[in-house]
Amino acid sequence: MQPLVIAGKTFHSRLFTGTGKFSSAALMEAALLESGSELVTVALKRVDMYDQGDDILSHLHHPQFNLLPNTSGVRTAKEAVYAAQLAREALETNWVKLEIHPDPRYLLPDPIETLAAAEELVKLGFVVLPYIHADPVLCKRLEDVGTAAVMPLGAPIGSNKGLKTFDFLEIIIAQSNVPVIVDAGIGAPSHAALAMEMGADAVLVNTAIAVANDPVGMARAFKQAVIAGRQAYESGLATTQLHAQASSPLTAFLDEL
Amino acid sequence: MFTNIFSQYDWDQVKAAIYSKTATDVERALTANRRSLDDFAALISPAAAPYLEQMANISHQLTLQRFGNTMQLYIPMYLSNECQNICTYCGFSLHNKIARRTLTAAEILQETAAIKAMGFEHVLLVTGEAQQYVGIDYFKKILPILQPHFSNISMEVQPMEEEDYKALIPLGLHAVLVYQETYHQADYKLHHPKGKKSNFNYRLETPDRLGKAGIHKMGLGVLIGLEDWRTDSFFTALHLDYLQRTYWKTRYSISFPRLRPFSGGLPPKVEMNNRELVQLICAYRLFSQELELSMSTREEEHFRNHLVKLGVTAMSAGSKTNPGGYVVDRQSLEQFEISDERSAGEIATMLQQQGYEAVWKDWDKSFGQ
Repeated sequence: MQPLVIAGKTFHSRLFTGTGKFSSAALMEAALLESGSELVTVALKRVDMYDQGDDILSHLHHPQFNLLPNTSGVRTAKEAVYAAQLAREALETNWVKLEIHPDPRYLLPDPIETLAAAEELVKLGFVVLPYIHADPVLCKRLEDVGTAAVMPLGAPIGSNKGLKTFDFLEIIIAQSNVPVIVDAGIGAPSHAALAMEMGADAVLVNTAIAVANDPVGMARAFKQAVIAGRQAYESGLATTQLHAQASSPLTAFLDEL
Repeated sequence: MFTNIFSQYDWDQVKAAIYSKTATDVERALTANRRSLDDFAALISPAAAPYLEQMANISHQLTLQRFGNTMQLYIPMYLSNECQNICTYCGFSLHNKIARRTLTAAEILQETAAIKAMGFEHVLLVTGEAQQYVGIDYFKKILPILQPHFSNISMEVQPMEEEDYKALIPLGLHAVLVYQETYHQADYKLHHPKGKKSNFNYRLETPDRLGKAGIHKMGLGVLIGLEDWRTDSFFTALHLDYLQRTYWKTRYSISFPRLRPFSGGLPPKVEMNNRELVQLICAYRLFSQELELSMSTREEEHFRNHLVKLGVTAMSAGSKTNPGGYVVDRQSLEQFEISDERSAGEIATMLQQQGYEAVWKDWDKSFGQ
């Protein structure tokens, strides 16, 4: 499996993970270690950035985990930029997962505020990974302002519904010059494998692991699915056929001429 | 404004519609992909009683998916028991001849230290309604004192003007709880005969004012026991539905206060048993997956332990319902008697034993500034 490079950093795992919804920080730690994930997103609102003993942060002190602070909870570009600056100072990383969802019901991202915040954060020297709709034009606009990747959603966050935006993800993957990370909606290892087979560079999974009966077992299943999907993509999938091709009724006459 | 929608509904007709729901209506509501207000009416109706276990299962699954294996913890801080309203069911009511007090800034800091020592990051400020003691100027003074100490500050105080809310939000106000008590207008008047609170419509329009002010979260509910809880809950859901469409950036929570004994109070007119409260909680969850459902220490230990898996997403713990109750003046008049007297640590352990993580912090004071 080829390694993935984002903003000069090399990842050997293409499974990115979240830290919410686990029944304990110890279980979260065990599941994330099992997943092999090297990029772990943390909600700023859930942690005390200035407390070394914070229950979540203290369970993420492993060399393989790179922290990706996220701005979940902010409603505007201005709030997101401010939150990212606090995170950079406290957590000593200039990486940020930009999440601006003013709608608290479906947590759908605001494309206008996200683009504005992304532009500002890139100028301030951040490595910006924006969570957005599977909107191919928006993805190109974000790439233009300098985001390090794009993170289109597969389905509403936490819904576990899979790749409802399949057709748009295909376009995004086809035309992107930055890594495409499918974020949100991935509810089963098969969804993750499908995203990887399509050519997504990575997937981000949280709810499906955290809420499983056995989060450690589910983390392992996702790890294997992501590897399988990626290897299939790199190996070149055979094209699918609806029918066996027996003859060429429209063009066979050419051979007879 | 919600008053325009509310005026199109008649209490007696709504009540009759709820009580005429059938098993078929309930089964349709249970299998629906998205549930309407009419489905909610079926789920809170007597016809849904035999389906309680099924409702509980769906509620548990929906809650787990949305909120994970977590429970938010918060604690009230009573700032004052001064009140110029007469409310027939409340210990702070004007006609109650008891010693009154309002915490000073220094006393608030003492209470804050005690609350922080228990581990809380989310505080709910509570007062009665008394303009000269706990009006907008008081809140403008004390929020900056509290803000550095908490990640999340909620308030349950008298209804205010939109401008007042707009002034308090930048000072750290995150959420406001304002319960209609009852949507039965005539009964509302009976229970609130005197004081500013006797104005039914002003209270009914408060969530609109909060929404216009851009509040992050608001809490709705009725005082269960004043009137038929099913009809009151339907109106609460109607209100919620309107608010979610209109103020779509705001989060919403529902509370289920059942009338509790207090000094000088009347017994509830309508009793709601435990089965019915579980039915109501599950009905709200089936109606709205993302709705926050909050349970206070009014309810007793054993019952609260079991509610953890039924749809509730936030609990108070270690609560005192009197101003200064944590350290400053432990014996001052309380609003109502609490039932679950366990400490915050004991609640966190109980949650852990059920496979739930206690969430103390789920907001950051740097947000929204």
